[in-house]
Amino acid sequence: MKEQVPETMVNALNRALHNAMTDNQDIILLGEDIAAKGGVFGVSKGLLARFGADRVIDTPLAEGMLAGISVGLASQGIIPVVEFQFSGFMLAAMEQIACHAARLRSRTRGRLSCPVVFRAPYGGGSHGAEFHSESPEALFAHLPGLRVVIPSSPAKAYGLLLSSIADPDPVVFLEPKRVYRTVCEPLPQPNTHYPLDRCFILRSGGDATLVSWGASIQETLAADVTLRQQGIHCDVIDVASIKPLDMATITQSVRKTGRCLIIHEAVRTGGVGAEIAAQISALAFPYLKTPPIRRAGFDIALPYYRLEPYFMTQPEHIVQSVIQLMNDDVRTAPISGQSYPSAYPGKCK
Amino acid sequence: MDHADLFTETASFTIKHRSCLNPDGELLTKRDVQPDIQRWIDIYKGMLLTRMFEHKAVNLQRTGRLGIFATAFAQEAITVTLGHTMAKEDLLCPYYRDTGALLQRGVAMEELLLFWGGDERGSLFQSGHGDFPIATMVASQCLHAAGVAKAFQLRRHRGAVIASCGDGATSRGDFYEALNLAGVWRLPLVFVINNNQWAISVPLPQQTAARTLAQKALAAEVSCEQVDGNDCMAIHYAIREALDKARNNGGPTVIEALTYRAGEHSTADAPEYYRNEEQQRAARQALALDPVRRLSRYLRSQQKWNDLLENEWLMTCRATIEKAVTDYLHNPADKPESIFHYNYACWPEVLCAQMAELNDDERTSA
Ligand SMILES: Cc1ncc(C[n+]2csc(CCOP(=O)(O)OP(=O)(O)O)c2C)c(N)n1
Ligand SMILES: [Mg+2]
Repeated sequence: MKEQVPETMVNALNRALHNAMTDNQDIILLGEDIAAKGGVFGVSKGLLARFGADRVIDTPLAEGMLAGISVGLASQGIIPVVEFQFSGFMLAAMEQIACHAARLRSRTRGRLSCPVVFRAPYGGGSHGAEFHSESPEALFAHLPGLRVVIPSSPAKAYGLLLSSIADPDPVVFLEPKRVYRTVCEPLPQPNTHYPLDRCFILRSGGDATLVSWGASIQETLAADVTLRQQGIHCDVIDVASIKPLDMATITQSVRKTGRCLIIHEAVRTGGVGAEIAAQISALAFPYLKTPPIRRAGFDIALPYYRLEPYFMTQPEHIVQSVIQLMNDDVRTAPISGQSYPSAYPGKCK
Repeated sequence: MDHADLFTETASFTIKHRSCLNPDGELLTKRDVQPDIQRWIDIYKGMLLTRMFEHKAVNLQRTGRLGIFATAFAQEAITVTLGHTMAKEDLLCPYYRDTGALLQRGVAMEELLLFWGGDERGSLFQSGHGDFPIATMVASQCLHAAGVAKAFQLRRHRGAVIASCGDGATSRGDFYEALNLAGVWRLPLVFVINNNQWAISVPLPQQTAARTLAQKALAAEVSCEQVDGNDCMAIHYAIREALDKARNNGGPTVIEALTYRAGEHSTADAPEYYRNEEQQRAARQALALDPVRRLSRYLRSQQKWNDLLENEWLMTCRATIEKAVTDYLHNPADKPESIFHYNYACWPEVLCAQMAELNDDERTSA
């Protein structure tokens, strides 16, 4: 068999769009600068030439409009795959996504539906301008009627984008742009669809469960290498489907290991890690040796890129947290607030 | 010095206002309106039916059998004529004041009562033409309409789309974004603005400094006009021409229909608290422009309508409404489980578990 060439995530996404559009004439692409330019990251490069201007459509610059017209288009049987240039700009589209795309099926009792994919590059680490680095998955995960999917690698980007396009309901598909071109791997067989509600177990081990998604999978895997050298073997789970969560797989692993660390780039409070930790506490309580903990972004505005590295979780942080878990240190951690000096900088008078 | 020689005129505008019937029901035009006589009769009957039905709906709300209701009282001409003028292959993205249009579009009264009575089954529109559900979120429907219009264009479907909205809606981004897009893509889309001068308690001068709402179309290079919104003939011709144009790849149109909200915004509103005396007087005076009376006068002057016909029709309306109300009141709420059924086509597992929770609750409380 011919050796498969490793591909970038950008190419994988391009390939998935290409395949899906070849197979289904109802699929169209909408976005800003996606046609002649092929998108700011080149995800739709070549698709205008291949599928024509009726199917690869540059729109005026208005994100709420992008989401809103998708609802109308989808109601008529067209399947729009919408590109937002950066996830930070999806907020203007929030109303149309939350109130209309996500609810068209329920408010019409299934008479109309909204099979749309809202794609956007997200996350930090790429020296972007302001509002180009946030991780908004929790905002979308809170919305009934939506699916939220985050691929961590080229192969997953391919298989998950195909499934997202095929899904009969709206999917928010967030792409970790930090690994758009830095991670390469062979793609699965053409037209391989990955399930939209299953985690991927990337590494197996009995000592602890590491749960992550998106670009953070890279730091998690790096930490896992270090930990293995120290004799600590972890299950590494790539969540991939942020909504719905595959709690069965995660719970099974935690019941085995009794220890769980959740790693995400998004800010901590109200993050998807909180949901996972809450569910683990309920589903695996008797098996837990320590409380599940999170390594997530600080609850701060994302710094501009010079100081951004201080915001990002590094493999060492993950190693440190796992060692803490292994030593049962978590149980004795102080309750926040009690341990600060009375004159710490932010204290209100 | 204003250096006038530095400037040349690159654009200027005028807005046309169309009217056919004066408030006394007298024709203002030499246009031969006779070929459409059956239309005027049908629209008139549609307005009577709508007025009576909405009156009933308010009573149902007052007696606790509907959650809330918004009537188009004294502004029925716009919504009824709009629904009447559309063809089967057209699609309507209505808002909450479009009861009249939806009835014309074949939507069952019982469904409309279900909608306002807190039951999603009211948006099934089983006997309608695939129209969008009623927009509660102001102006959101403008973008849905633009999307449908784009779908029609891509599919080469010979239909046009109408987005119906209020004056307040024209302040929102969704309206402007849809308008701009319609201009760029020459969408088969007609915006009908029900300008009743009020957005709940906010009068139009506080909504916009624009002298007309129609002119908002000009910035998007979209055709526009203002019509007398209490004049069914003017509204009909305006919409008919706009729809024909849209269906023949002539692009979008904005029609601003001028009327006045004589009554409350909805059953949850009491204008006497925020309209001053002068404004309340204006509201009462607006009744002199009543579209129903106006068309009645015209039809009677043409010997096309009389008390006998009126009474017959009112009886028919009453019977239709009574039956719908009875059906509505006897229609039990759907099964509690149904709240889970339409969130996803393929249920995430977690919803199965949560539905089991609901069923447990049911069993415990039973
Ligand atoms: C986006 C949004 N904001 C606010 C509201 C609350 N609201 C409902 S109707 C209304 C006034 C709308 O006025 P207008 O567009 O003139 O329509 P009218 O009711 O006068 O026909 C408001 C503020 C809403 N439904 N949606
Ligand atoms: Mg109004």
